[in-house]
Amino acid sequence: MTRYYFSLGLRSLRKAPILTALMVMSVAFGVAASMTTYAVFRAVSGDPIPWKSRQLFFPQLDVWGPASRAAHGYTTLPSDLTYTDAMALMRRRGDIPQTAIYPIEPTVYAQDPTQKPRAIAGQAVFVDFFKIVDAPFRYGSAWSAQDDQDRTPLAVISDDLNQRLFGGTNSIGRDLRLNDLTFRIVGVLKSWRPQPKFYNLANNQAFEEEDDVFVPFNAAIDAQMDSNGDFYCNDDLPATGFAATLVSSCVWVGYMVQLSSPAQISAYGQRLDGYMSEQRQAGRFNWPANYALPDLQAMMQQMHVVPAETKMSVVVAASLLIVCMVNAIGLLLAKFLRRSGEIGVRRALGATRGAIVLQFGAEAAAVGVAGGVLGLLLTGLGVTWMQHVLDPRIAELVRVDALLMLETLLLAVVATVIAGMYPILRAAGVRPAMQLKID
Amino acid sequence: MSIHPIIAALRKHKTGTILIMLQIALTLGVVCNALFVVGQRLDRMHRATGIDEANLLLINTSHTGLKTNTDASRSQLDASIQGDLQALRKLPDVADAYESNSMPLARFGEGLGLRKTADKHGDINGLIFYVDEHAIPTLGLKLIAGRNFRADEIGAHSLLGVVEPPVIIITQHMANELFPAGDALGKQVYMTSSTRPSTIIGIIGHMESNAPHANDEDYVWNCMLLPYRMTASQRIYVIRARPGRLQAATQSVPTALIAQDPLRVIPDGYGDEAGGRTFAQVRADTFRSDRAVLQFMLVISVILLAVTGAGIVGLTSFWVGQRRKQIGVRRALGATQHGILLYFLTENIFISSCGVILGVAMAIGFNLWMETQFEMHRLPLPYIAWGVVALLVLGQAAVLGPALRASKVSPMEATRSV
Repeated sequence: MTRYYFSLGLRSLRKAPILTALMVMSVAFGVAASMTTYAVFRAVSGDPIPWKSRQLFFPQLDVWGPASRAAHGYTTLPSDLTYTDAMALMRRRGDIPQTAIYPIEPTVYAQDPTQKPRAIAGQAVFVDFFKIVDAPFRYGSAWSAQDDQDRTPLAVISDDLNQRLFGGTNSIGRDLRLNDLTFRIVGVLKSWRPQPKFYNLANNQAFEEEDDVFVPFNAAIDAQMDSNGDFYCNDDLPATGFAATLVSSCVWVGYMVQLSSPAQISAYGQRLDGYMSEQRQAGRFNWPANYALPDLQAMMQQMHVVPAETKMSVVVAASLLIVCMVNAIGLLLAKFLRRSGEIGVRRALGATRGAIVLQFGAEAAAVGVAGGVLGLLLTGLGVTWMQHVLDPRIAELVRVDALLMLETLLLAVVATVIAGMYPILRAAGVRPAMQLKID
Repeated sequence: MSIHPIIAALRKHKTGTILIMLQIALTLGVVCNALFVVGQRLDRMHRATGIDEANLLLINTSHTGLKTNTDASRSQLDASIQGDLQALRKLPDVADAYESNSMPLARFGEGLGLRKTADKHGDINGLIFYVDEHAIPTLGLKLIAGRNFRADEIGAHSLLGVVEPPVIIITQHMANELFPAGDALGKQVYMTSSTRPSTIIGIIGHMESNAPHANDEDYVWNCMLLPYRMTASQRIYVIRARPGRLQAATQSVPTALIAQDPLRVIPDGYGDEAGGRTFAQVRADTFRSDRAVLQFMLVISVILLAVTGAGIVGLTSFWVGQRRKQIGVRRALGATQHGILLYFLTENIFISSCGVILGVAMAIGFNLWMETQFEMHRLPLPYIAWGVVALLVLGQAAVLGPALRASKVSPMEATRSV
């Protein structure tokens, strides 16, 4: 019987090709616009480390005070710490994994003279970094806590850099010339590229280029490597040069800590509060001790990892889908009620309301499937278009996969069935006697 | 024609009428806001930067081998920068060149405050540009008062130093904010970290900063030119090529710079990371996301209007089909073709009007909500007015076809049974 209804439905759709085409296109455009923007949204809002994101926290301290923050346009605490505070927190780390971090962009000089020197992106970190982010090693391992303390110039490099400089061989123990200093390679990572770059959101590094080198934080400071990220000051630098940045109130050092239980989280909060109270008592500032400890999700919000434009596009596309659905309701209604006579005859001949619902439901579903298939094509076009117009670093994250295709079809069918509900009920409500009388 | 029979007829098609109204309202609400976004982006992309953009080239270069922590190394770096500039200015493809930390639309750079007194209050924020006396001719900036820097006023300076130049040039926007009376020229001001005053020796009419996306207008139009050569390992060269030789300069300039210092890095990369970009490329990179949003909003608006138009055509056709017999009766009773046409047009204008009234409310509501979410501005009235006109015209155009068909219904229909 269902098959019969489908063939009835298809026949009816064929009889009014323009109306059918309008409905199908309406569904297809609405679905395609929504799914295209969703594909972009999904790419930039994804959880880069789902198994651990609830354990990652990013301490922020109110070292500028409310007045100074307001004057500099801050509605939240600065996302970065001063060097002084970051080092103070590191000294009190106990056995909780945590790391100060700042982005660097050293020039790497290859031993092979035919290769041009080039600037590469990297991060200055403490050893816990590798444990916190679960970085996968191909060769070697991270340096030791002792190396951190000894400020040893060591390096962990990316798979990519290892390919470029050493042809992918095991380069452990080899020298890496960064700027004018030599760093010894202790680890080579496997291909690893979390997006967004969650470990240094504080420095607005969400979609920056891939990091090729990681060096001990203290070694980078000793080498006077400048930060390649944010550097915000609310006051004069006390002196000139790199050394001054280390004692200034300028914020430029990111910080990440892994806390595994609610007890640890509250204990760490208390520790931050204690630190700030201590600083206040020492006379460093006169406003109430204030700190924040956002987790990764909150940090992504604060740093606007998902651009406002992307969210706006999703909202606008969803509105389009709603308009398309309203449109589909009107057209289906017109289409179904035009056949009131036919419904009357079928009902008079003994068809139940359920049968009518089934018959018109099949017709609506056929529109939904057709709209879905066309919508799929349009989504493909839309995503290709987005890949052309978006920033290349974001564009490469936007793609059509099986899941997106399935979701597109599903959205089309669900949307059409919802849109079809009222027209179907109206059709099922046609009273046979009325129709037969008129005819 | 009386509106009464129309309302009576619409009562019989409540659902269809409400659906069309709703569709028109939603479309108006979204299209107004989408086009407002388009308008804002267009403004931002097409407003004048105040510089002569043709033939400009931006080279990003670094040489990290040179340190800046001792006086000797600083003067060595400074000498290498001056050597670079001399070599660049001698190139046949190059009209002029200067070294800097940033340039208009570049999206990297530094900001600082400026105030009238030495105490720490009343900063007006702006962006700083390290330049020499070649910057104004290279960029084609218009000095509206005062003078350019002299070569002997330019000094070497590192980014992490205290900024306190004896003389500065600022934009008129900034001058007016500091000195609303318009008498900024010759006045002494203080940079944020400085205790020594700087004298304003020149005022530039118009110059857009390196931060065109800043929400705060101050960061867009407040620019300060400082008489400094930036002695930092990473810096930029801004080059004006001779007319018609920009493409040649994109090759010859990096070659000349590498010849000056074989160990320097001019990154390959793409987009913002590229070492050499014409200003047209800088502009394209900076406004890439604006262009994407703009195109997206335009496409969505067109689809919305098309879908709504198609919906009106579809439903009206259905109504015409349903009412053929009644139309025939009216025609038989003496209604003219013109009268029938007018009937459907009036019916549509009535529905559309109700729709746009609801739509205006939706447009404003949507805008208020977007204001809280996306730092949108208040929707200006003309957008709403034009949106209303567009939807009314769209409704009439959409209904014209079915209405014409209705007007052609023969009075004979009245006598037919089906």
